[in-house]
Amino acid sequence: MKTLFRPAISLFILLSLITGIAYPLLVTGIGKAVFPDQAGGSLIVKSGKPVGSKLIGQNFSDPRYFWGRPSATSPQPYNGTASSGSNQGPLNPALTDAVKGRIDALKAADPDNTLPIPVDLVTASGSGLDPQISPAAAAYQAARVTRVRHLDRGVVEKLVAEHTEGRQWSVFGEERVNVLQLNLALDEIR
Amino acid sequence: MTPHEWFLLGLYLVVLLALVKPVGTYIAGVMEGRQTLVLRLGGPIENVLYRICGVRKDEEMGWLHYALAILLFNLLGVLAVYALQRLQLWLPLNPQAMANVSVDSSFNTAISFPTNTNWQGYSGESTMSYLTQMLGLAVQNFFSAATGIIVAIALIRGFARHTAKTIGNAWVDLTRITLYVLLPISLVYAVFLIGQGSIQNFDAYKDVTTVEVTKYNNPKMDANGQALKDSKGNAVTEPATTPTQTLPMGPTASQEAIKMLGTNGGGFFNANSAHPYENPTPLANFIQMLSIFLIPGALCITFGRMVGDMRQGWAILTAMTLMFVVMAVATMYFEQQGSPFLSKLGVDQTLTALQPGGNMEGKETRFGIADSGLFATITTLASCGAVNAMHDSFTPLGGFVPLWNMMLGEVVFGGVGSGLYGMLIFAIMAVFIAGLMIGRTPEYIGKKIEAFDMKMVSIAILVTPLLVLAGTAIAVMAADGIAGIANPGAHGFSEILYAFTSAANNNGSAFAGLSANTPFYNVMLGTAMWFGRFGVIVPVLAIAGSLAAKKRITVTAGTMPTHGPLFVILLIGTVVLVGALNYVPALALGPVVEHLILWR
Repeated sequence: MKTLFRPAISLFILLSLITGIAYPLLVTGIGKAVFPDQAGGSLIVKSGKPVGSKLIGQNFSDPRYFWGRPSATSPQPYNGTASSGSNQGPLNPALTDAVKGRIDALKAADPDNTLPIPVDLVTASGSGLDPQISPAAAAYQAARVTRVRHLDRGVVEKLVAEHTEGRQWSVFGEERVNVLQLNLALDEIR
Repeated sequence: MTPHEWFLLGLYLVVLLALVKPVGTYIAGVMEGRQTLVLRLGGPIENVLYRICGVRKDEEMGWLHYALAILLFNLLGVLAVYALQRLQLWLPLNPQAMANVSVDSSFNTAISFPTNTNWQGYSGESTMSYLTQMLGLAVQNFFSAATGIIVAIALIRGFARHTAKTIGNAWVDLTRITLYVLLPISLVYAVFLIGQGSIQNFDAYKDVTTVEVTKYNNPKMDANGQALKDSKGNAVTEPATTPTQTLPMGPTASQEAIKMLGTNGGGFFNANSAHPYENPTPLANFIQMLSIFLIPGALCITFGRMVGDMRQGWAILTAMTLMFVVMAVATMYFEQQGSPFLSKLGVDQTLTALQPGGNMEGKETRFGIADSGLFATITTLASCGAVNAMHDSFTPLGGFVPLWNMMLGEVVFGGVGSGLYGMLIFAIMAVFIAGLMIGRTPEYIGKKIEAFDMKMVSIAILVTPLLVLAGTAIAVMAADGIAGIANPGAHGFSEILYAFTSAANNNGSAFAGLSANTPFYNVMLGTAMWFGRFGVIVPVLAIAGSLAAKKRITVTAGTMPTHGPLFVILLIGTVVLVGALNYVPALALGPVVEHLILWR
């Protein structure tokens, strides 16, 4: 055993320094040099002040804005320091109740809407911070936002199209709309 | 299965199979000392390390010596991770002033990371300092991955050598795998992840003023910080608002790379690979899925090369790939079905031009059903345990597949190293069963399989089911065990079964509704993780030593070929039979019941 202790302890310390200090510092250095914006959190800055991140969703409940995915973080939705899903199974009555509540809120904000309700608009995301919704969820809300803001339908549809991302490299993932960036663009319209 | 899902699965297989050969050949070259360019470049660094550490690199170890070295090295990991958590408040790189972690949670995490499990009872962004993450957890991501790989290499040497007393030098093997395989790939990979949007900095968390003021209900706390409950047991809340959002920061990308490459799976953040800062884009997600299977797949090639018969490696890889395809199709199919309960409420879960549809609870928009279902299959077949969607919210059968994937013993690709050595244990079992059927002494890769080997094989195969079933039984009988359940009914049982399956098989994913950060679960699951890891590694190394000492026997007409379709089928049959026989009763009580209720 004695012959094991010296190599075990010294190798543990040295390899820890290489993989636990040198490696992350090197990655940080390269990141700062090559991708400073991404390494810092892809912040959106408006007139000098950060108003959010392109990658982290925010909570919207005003009918003037497009709403994002429901968020199960606590205590408040879209809590950046407590990412989490609901972890409710499909048989859990609490999930059915929550979905019912979200449908009611959507209907109350837009009683005349007869479109089918897209599933991603009434189910909580995995991270609770999902920045995006499906094009179906955006289309469902377009009429409401148009009406409440007294805009032309075409203006809103054009903005949605501008903020819709296709599959990455036409192959990976799903088509999606960034909610925060879309809403910021809506507020820009004077 | 939608056309996109078929296409994604096909593309994944093509890219994976194109990569395993060069990577597997490279690993074999490094481990056999033939990769002369890399070894010459790194030689001076290696020599300095060995001189300081008193390692004589040409001196090899017998299996017991090798096993003790690995155990000691991993025990140091446990101590280091425990100490960093308990002292983090007084150590540097803690801008959020994270408090020292509790005794039982520290114990659980200190076992979780060195055993390559990365079960997480805590949530990263509100518990761990940057120093604990990078010097404690990420370092163990490297070391536990290296440990798994070198145990597999030692077992391969057992087959490749004959009449030998030694199976390699553990210190040299650990160093070379870390420096020449894990570190360089992680470096490139981490930079790629930053490019996609993963964060990498040491800043304090950033407050931003949100577009809309968030209104919410804040739970009221009593003087001790416990949530107040009314007479019905519901939390008492008061209305609150906040005009800001706090964005978490930290050295994420560097940890994320080795988390996936080493099939560790412990997220920097609570939401793991569902978090946009960990897994920002669908391309990043595809590379994450590839990096989980990359080394486990490549080691099959390494195996073929080192035993001098490539067909043996391809046979193992074929068996793994066939099982993977079936499981992947099943998960994606069941998740695409969605929930009939939501359809009744008028929710549209169909696939259209504008949405992927399916069961989106707990899933991210950018991943949809295809990327979430495929990821879930890969992460549970490999003992990775990272998640990009919440498995607890999967449909009953969509969640059944990940659960059963782990129950197969993490041998279909499996963890880095642990997948291959686990599969080779099943291969020995398969030739043993075949030997019994035809009445001949079983042999595999030129080695006679004898009583001692079969005893060790039995221990290695039976230790995890024992831990899973006994642990689950104790937890469902104990008040502390039941207290953690989040979902009512059969799903609550599934949560507990999933937790013990994940811990004992060193996976680390969870039906995360279970409140497992309690002394009961921290101790029970910590124990399961330790014995689930080293209760297999020690017998595997014993087999390696035993095989290395044997003479090589020549292939005769009576030798069963272990590279053809017959053997592949036999191997799959053995894995599925053992997995099914152990767990069918438990599965019937959980996901099967749930499925019947959901579609009643």
